[in-house]
Amino acid sequence: MRKFKSFLRGLGLVAIVIAGLVIWSRLPWPAVLLLVVLLALWLVLTRRGRQTLSITGVGISTLRQRIGASLVVVVGIAGVVGVLVAMLAMGEGFQSTLQQTGSDDTAIVLRGGSNAELNSVLDRDSVNVVIQAPGVARSADGKPVASAEQSVVANLPKRSDASVEANVPIRGVGDEAWTLRPNVKIVQGRRFKPGLRELVVGQGAMRQFAGLDVGRQLRLAGQEWSIVGEFTSGDSHDSELWGDAQTVASAYRRGSSAQSVTVRLTSPQAFDAFKAALSSDPRLKVDVSTTREYFSKQSENLTKVIRVVGITVGVIMAIGAIFGALNTMFAAIAARAREIATLRAIGFRGLPVVVSVLMETMLLALLGGVLGGLISWLIFNGYTASTLGANFSQVVFQFKVSPELLWLGIKWAMAIGFVGGLFPAVRAARLPVTTALREL
Amino acid sequence: MKYLHLIWAALFRRKTRTLLTLVSIIAAFLLFGMLDAVRTAFDSGNQSIAGVDRLVTSSRYSIIQPLPESLKTRIAAIPGVRDVGHANWFGGIYQDPKNFVFSYAVSPNYLDLYPEIHLPAGQRKAFDDNRTGAVIGDKLAQKYGWKVGDKIPLQSTIFPQKNGSKTWTFDIEGIFTVEKGAANGLDQMFMLHWKYFDEANAFGNGTVGWYIDRLADPALGDRVAHAIDALSANSDHETKTQTEQAFSASFAKQLGDIGLIVGSIMGAVFFTLILLTANTMAQAVRERTSELAVLKTMGFSSRSVLGLVLAESVLLLLIGGVIGLGLAAVLAPAIGKGSGGMINLPPVGAGSWAMGLGLMVLIGLVVGALPAWRAMRLNIVDALAGR
Repeated sequence: MRKFKSFLRGLGLVAIVIAGLVIWSRLPWPAVLLLVVLLALWLVLTRRGRQTLSITGVGISTLRQRIGASLVVVVGIAGVVGVLVAMLAMGEGFQSTLQQTGSDDTAIVLRGGSNAELNSVLDRDSVNVVIQAPGVARSADGKPVASAEQSVVANLPKRSDASVEANVPIRGVGDEAWTLRPNVKIVQGRRFKPGLRELVVGQGAMRQFAGLDVGRQLRLAGQEWSIVGEFTSGDSHDSELWGDAQTVASAYRRGSSAQSVTVRLTSPQAFDAFKAALSSDPRLKVDVSTTREYFSKQSENLTKVIRVVGITVGVIMAIGAIFGALNTMFAAIAARAREIATLRAIGFRGLPVVVSVLMETMLLALLGGVLGGLISWLIFNGYTASTLGANFSQVVFQFKVSPELLWLGIKWAMAIGFVGGLFPAVRAARLPVTTALREL
Repeated sequence: MKYLHLIWAALFRRKTRTLLTLVSIIAAFLLFGMLDAVRTAFDSGNQSIAGVDRLVTSSRYSIIQPLPESLKTRIAAIPGVRDVGHANWFGGIYQDPKNFVFSYAVSPNYLDLYPEIHLPAGQRKAFDDNRTGAVIGDKLAQKYGWKVGDKIPLQSTIFPQKNGSKTWTFDIEGIFTVEKGAANGLDQMFMLHWKYFDEANAFGNGTVGWYIDRLADPALGDRVAHAIDALSANSDHETKTQTEQAFSASFAKQLGDIGLIVGSIMGAVFFTLILLTANTMAQAVRERTSELAVLKTMGFSSRSVLGLVLAESVLLLLIGGVIGLGLAAVLAPAIGKGSGGMINLPPVGAGSWAMGLGLMVLIGLVVGALPAWRAMRLNIVDALAGR
């Protein structure tokens, strides 16, 4: 009967833990703040609360004697949070780079079903139809603001390891490209001159790949090109090399065709009309999307994979850390068994004991969470990496350790601390006073 | 060996603590097993023995640049080249852009270049005789439930037909199996005739994506590669010839430094693990101070006490580690199945097992070292007196 009871109690605890974790993972920060305030009020205002405070005080003041074991909890949780935050920061950085690219009032037109610029081809006639479509904005001198572009890739060695060659995207752009993407700014050198074999290099590409400094020569498609400038855009164009569309097309023998057309719309609302006009035109078979939509879609798959991998790794590590915390706290309880039993003998109730052990563990966990978040912020925030994007070419992006991610990391830490502390806490409160007092 | 039950008893003296530590070790090695399998999968191009006698010739500037088909006879004439085949990337998708199919348009002799591909002779003949025929790997056939005789419509994301249609229909004429040890992904391939592809596709006529050169002797690799690249030097289609392993490795490397990511995660995990088990071992030895002193009084030498404690920590790591790696071996295919092929975790290979076992012993020794040292230096009188 006794066994059955304790089994039921264990089961109940597990149910509480699961319910607690589910609620905890959904909790927004104001609710957490409220919980903390309530806890503080309870601690200060009620008799039980003050009892809890004094037991916790004893626990914390003896922490120094158990420094090794307590460190295990802190470091273990710091490891979990650090890895989790770093992995998610990678996904976040990649996603935000691509999502920042493009806007709602520019549209990109590809051949139907191409998915990416690299696969697409539009002949001269189609290009002309597209740029004359309704909804395309016109510049002061009446020309449509549109750029028919080439997209090719070149194999270039990485700066970090010259033996690794990666696909660097090269974009051949029309005259209007600079008006279409006002965020692209030359920071060094000058723009390329149409008709010449000149290139400007994005800042990200310049940092990731060797031999792209301004003034250098680059061999592409069997011809020498010179690099005349560096630009920055703060989005995925930073990974690209830009040259004149006609020159790139002739170097890669693309004739008069283009691969994509990007146009500025008179307003974001004009998109539907623009799309409808192109879709109903019997001369064309094209896909139309806003540039924001097009680039966001490119980040979807990889971001999802990174998130799944990051959370899987995080969960497995968290399981390890929970058991590490359990171990430490059980040992701590065992070491303080007599002390706790004495407290209970002189009238302290079970609840303050449970809460104080929990608080002690969660305090250690909080320390670990903050430490882990801090370390991954210090190492990874702004860390530049590149990977193969949807366009079969490298996308340079920066890890982004956002406040939301740090908050998520701390939430994980607290959850680990809660689970790791609850069972030892309950054991401490339930130990029969007489046995514990007799125990050496 | 005769002390095994003594070590065992010491290990499970405190069941809760040992079990809790074990779970942490299991979690760490479960992670190790999965991540190391991923890492090896990315390196697998370097490990497969099949294909050491093959070179890949592609455009020097980038893989998207096509090469003229006329290069074929000139490559074949180079001494040391046994056979040359070529292929084009088809970029096929089946019904939905998510269902990407690794599809190549291949030359008639392409299958002969891959002795690790087994296609029944009858199916091979049927494939050769049917202009719109295709052969597929058994894994691919399994994935979509395709059978010999099926008509499969594939959309090419790159190549429309001359009539403007993007859908190409192929007759499955054969399903091939792939020998163990072949490069990853070969059993997911879809091969169609280059000739049909070249005639029917709207542009890029007479060009190929890359050449596969089979060597008479793998040792000739470097010389032949130079000779092939010299053929097109200073032309508008310069080539780069490398071994098949280097060619596929270059793709994996483009994804990013997988080794570095896996390495840093494992570093964090093992650092924590060492701290955790070291703490457990220190506690275990501290608790048993008087018992160890009794052992010594009975005549156990200091060395054998050292050995006992070390063996205990190594055993702890080995039990947890083997269970963890075993779990990884079981879980990896299960995850692949559960995600419907979205995430394909490779099985835990012999290399991972060897490295894992090495790590277990090493970590066991590291965490056991300090407590064991303390146990060895134990002064019997002090220990028994509880000082």
